[in-house]
Amino acid sequence: MPTAKLMKMIDSPLAEKLYASEAKVLKRNLRRSERFGLLRALLLIFPLFVFLLLTFILPIGSLLMKSVTDDVIPTEWPALTQSLGAWEPAKKQLPDNQTYLNLVADMKKSVDNDGNSRVASRLNFQQSGMRSLIMKTARHLDSLDLTNPKQALIDTDERWGQVGTWTIIKFSSRSLTFDYFLNAFDYSRDEFGNVVHNAPADSLYQDVFVRTIVVSLTVAVLCVLIAYPVASFLAALPSKYSNPLMILVLLPFWTSFLVRTTAWIVMLQTNGPINQFLLELSLIAKPLELIYNRFSVLVSMTHILLPYSILSLYSVMKGISPVYVKAARSLGAGPIKAFFNAYFPQTLPGVVAAGILSFILSIGYYITPALVGGADDQLASYYIANHVNTTLNWGLASALSVLLLGGVMVLYIVFVRMTGGKGLKLG
Amino acid sequence: MMNFPAYTNFWGKLAKYLHVIYALLVLVFLIIPIIAIIPLSFNSEPYFTYPMPGFSLKWYEAFFTSPIWIDSLKNTLIVGVISTLIATVLGIMASLGLMHPRLQRLAWLKGVLMSPMIVPLIITAVGVYFAFSPIGLSNSLTGLILAHAALGVPFVIVTVTATLAGFNETLSRAGRILGATPLQCFFKVKLPLIAPGVISGALFAFATSFDEIVVAIFLTSADQRTVPRQMWSGIREQLSPTILAVATILIVMSTIMLITLELLRRRTERIRTGSL
Repeated sequence: MPTAKLMKMIDSPLAEKLYASEAKVLKRNLRRSERFGLLRALLLIFPLFVFLLLTFILPIGSLLMKSVTDDVIPTEWPALTQSLGAWEPAKKQLPDNQTYLNLVADMKKSVDNDGNSRVASRLNFQQSGMRSLIMKTARHLDSLDLTNPKQALIDTDERWGQVGTWTIIKFSSRSLTFDYFLNAFDYSRDEFGNVVHNAPADSLYQDVFVRTIVVSLTVAVLCVLIAYPVASFLAALPSKYSNPLMILVLLPFWTSFLVRTTAWIVMLQTNGPINQFLLELSLIAKPLELIYNRFSVLVSMTHILLPYSILSLYSVMKGISPVYVKAARSLGAGPIKAFFNAYFPQTLPGVVAAGILSFILSIGYYITPALVGGADDQLASYYIANHVNTTLNWGLASALSVLLLGGVMVLYIVFVRMTGGKGLKLG
Repeated sequence: MMNFPAYTNFWGKLAKYLHVIYALLVLVFLIIPIIAIIPLSFNSEPYFTYPMPGFSLKWYEAFFTSPIWIDSLKNTLIVGVISTLIATVLGIMASLGLMHPRLQRLAWLKGVLMSPMIVPLIITAVGVYFAFSPIGLSNSLTGLILAHAALGVPFVIVTVTATLAGFNETLSRAGRILGATPLQCFFKVKLPLIAPGVISGALFAFATSFDEIVVAIFLTSADQRTVPRQMWSGIREQLSPTILAVATILIVMSTIMLITLELLRRRTERIRTGSL
């Protein structure tokens, strides 16, 4: 043990005399002990690091890979991929006879392992209708006249005589592709491989991202505006009074958000307590549509995220001395001037932290909008889940995830800077 | 009673009262939906309106006699307990390591260890689903346990590093001088003193797993249903008062956790101010 050795040396009565001559040894021992300390610290972190690497970082990294790579067509149809690599759709001419021959050969080879079906799904993500074309052609493989494969395929389905069909296959057959990101921004390729913006009817994701940002921003602003006076009230109270009131913030904070979402579904229902209450008071003639719309999404998300805002504002406000406001007042500032010049600037770090935190948390919300929102209130998360579970377009789901993750990461870095490198705090 | 500057004129007083009333109203808004659903779970009729026609425990009976709910409760507890154990052990070790001054300057290291808290759940869920499916970890409790442990780790690190920051290293050295091995020193001196932080971190991790639904949706099938997962499908199909009974049970559990944490927080404060 280097440390023990060091101790023994210093404790010895000869230490002083030894010190001059043994200074080097001491220094070396100290350095060794420091190195040992660092090594021990690293060894303590290592298990968690490996654990997170395997259960969290690599899975998310694979998501990143899935958004730009797709090996289905190169694997299932290698010969065709090869010959399409040299073909240029911009020349507006159909591929040569050899390419048609390769297609037939590849399709025949892939019949046994269901590969054509996988290719068909992959192509269908780029353009609907491709699946039926591939499956139809696969059924006719044995009756094709291979002396003129081009004509034989065009006879099976006229789409084999269109440049656009081949363009889709060419761009889908590249292992490294940015087409999923194009799709995620509502762009696609036209017949000749040029990147074009989708028609308004086929555009979806720009709206989804705008909606996600608008809803999250609204929730964040609502949270800060509602939380600010509450937090300043709680911070100004002596703890004898504020502690019991704090429970009203902490209990919702600790209650499962699924329970709170359920509570709002019950409250906002057509025959729920709120409508019933309003009817009872004769404020309304018939029940209001309170649920499955933007209103219910905003109310329940704000309710769920409000405790976070109150707690982060409270922790900043608790550290502000009331002396400054008192001084401003005694120097003649009115209450409004005193608030904006003496109090508010000191709370700004809390305001920014609360705002960004609410924004980050709401941007990833899935469950609450899915349960209380209508079809037009679903956020980016919903479409990611939908592409994973329903359409099975995993590449697009990954591209959307990467965009969402990128946004959150940028915001989090801003958040950490604003809170002075402390990041998230609890309770 | 409040530390506000004294407002002597009418408008000043009015503003002050409005502030108080507003704050109280918001606090009521926060608690009302949670309080309002509790009585409805005892309603004798399956309606969600007041006044209730009668009192009944049948929705609780439905919960405790349903094999689906009991199985999901069992699964939730298994996943919660094991993932909390993994998260706590790995989290404490890493927190001890993170106290090293040279590692504290490495912001990226802490960033990596905290990342499961920041990444939106849907992204974690999809990533884990893609990664776990090929190796047979989807549709298994093991997969869910591993994912939940990763999600719980940041909470353990936050609370344990906070408590460690207030720990007096002299005590460890005293232990060492008196002949304790480093391990004995940790278990007999350090751990008992940082226990409040460890327990609250573990509670946070457990609550995270207990509530977590997004990853559960992707990683579980009908055989590994958890309570939140079962609630989710219940709400989507038809909202029954049994769901409210489950919600009430969960509210009671979170209240217990909140009280435990509050007691722990006070204990830590006492230790920190030295008046133990």
